Amino acid sequence: MIDAGNTAWLITATALVLFMTLPGLALFYGGLVRAENLLSVLMQCFAIACLVSLLWLGLAYSLTFSGSGAYLGDVNRLMLLGVARDAAFPNTAIPETVFFMFQMTFAIITPALIIGAFVERMRFSAVLLFTLLWVFLVYVPVAHWVWGGGWLAARGVLDFAGGLVVHLTAGVSALVIAVLLGPRTGFPADIKPPHAPWMTMAGACMLWVGWFGFNAGSALKAGGDAGMAMTVTHVSAATAALVWIAIEWLKFGKPSMVGAVTGAVAGLASITPASGYVGPAAAVVIGLAGGIICYFMVGLVKRRLRIDDSLDVFAVHGVGGALGIVLTAIFVDAALGGVGLAEGRSIGGQLAIQLTGIAATLLWSAVVSFAIAKVVQAVIGLRVNAEVEEQGLDLRLHGERGYNM
Amino acid sequence: MKYIVAVIQPHRLDAVREALSSLGVQGMTVTEVRGFGRQKGQTEIYRGAEYTVQYVPKVKIELAVSASIADSVVDAIGNAARTGHIGDGKVFVLPLEGAMRVRTGEMGADAL
Repeated sequence: MIDAGNTAWLITATALVLFMTLPGLALFYGGLVRAENLLSVLMQCFAIACLVSLLWLGLAYSLTFSGSGAYLGDVNRLMLLGVARDAAFPNTAIPETVFFMFQMTFAIITPALIIGAFVERMRFSAVLLFTLLWVFLVYVPVAHWVWGGGWLAARGVLDFAGGLVVHLTAGVSALVIAVLLGPRTGFPADIKPPHAPWMTMAGACMLWVGWFGFNAGSALKAGGDAGMAMTVTHVSAATAALVWIAIEWLKFGKPSMVGAVTGAVAGLASITPASGYVGPAAAVVIGLAGGIICYFMVGLVKRRLRIDDSLDVFAVHGVGGALGIVLTAIFVDAALGGVGLAEGRSIGGQLAIQLTGIAATLLWSAVVSFAIAKVVQAVIGLRVNAEVEEQGLDLRLHGERGYNM
Repeated sequence: MKYIVAVIQPHRLDAVREALSSLGVQGMTVTEVRGFGRQKGQTEIYRGAEYTVQYVPKVKIELAVSASIADSVVDAIGNAARTGHIGDGKVFVLPLEGAMRVRTGEMGADAL
């Protein structure tokens, strides 16, 4: 039976999650690049949202959420054929159309997150082809394993809103494509600073607000689970932002705004898989851990490993998501304020399942993203030439300028 | 007639304008510019990474004055713009061969 309250909340949550990508993530990323590449980033986010929407309707939704295969769904929901207007999605009280739309917004933001790895140098055609292949070959299988009744779900993996499905897939794939694409010219010494940090702040705030839909919406109903998910989401974001402020203040003497909002996003990514299972005190710990570990991972990837994952997708999302998956196993315990482990399962047992999920998602995302990027490279090439890179993608690829002043 | 060009810290512009007004200077042209001197740019930190900004924002003031007050104008700019820190800027004085007020066609010192 369809319930009006649940449906109303999920429609709202769907709008919130789409708002995370359009324009939240677009502005968050857009402010961090140089002025000559602003529109290319906005355009990539926008085009990915449109492209994935059609892929989702066409086949991706069905392969993810229809059928009960261990590794992949079936084609019975192709084009949403056979979905009655008033049919509830199984085990929920919301229409399947609303579930379809809600999940679509996740399928949109996940490949959009990867943009942060390849900004300022990837061909637009390559972005679109990579996204098309990536949605079918990485996002759909992993989402089916975890949320669509696949083999990880059968083992009892806990990933409430996408630590594995969204953040780890995107983070690992971002790292792979950053390596294959190579760094921006001048990296690391001669990269221009972010052209509009205020835009990054505005985008981060939209992400934060939208994340209420992302995590509390993942309860798939209005009620106590959604309320607690929203609470822990907010607490973790605030904690991780303060952590980042504190670290920069101690280290450089000046707490930066770009750092503070990056910390908030790290806290949001870290709490995502745990958000339906843990209590508010655990959210403080998860925010602390997410803030500290993601901060140091940014430095490790960029300065030690010298990988130009330009906007730190792996360090913030991949690491934050995986960390949240691990900590979920601990803080789900009822003694620590969580909803409780499955009957007869210990923290150690749950941890083993969570680590299996991380290993499988990490390996699959890395190997398949590598293969996809190689195919795209062979078919149309990944990177713009040096002249286009120097002049900026806005004018050369899109024929417009971000600022006509 | 002298043509005075000063490159100063942007936040000292209002003080310089006030100092020049009290000397009776009737007008000046202000441009936002970027450059470097002994300051050699500055370092900014985003997400823990240092970025070297080679060209620092400055304000360039240009004005034409009669030769008799040129020295006091230079002094006034210097006093008003000085913070004592590296990056305070420079003032240049150039000879000026001619001038015309466009509205009236007045030439030379009358046009200033």
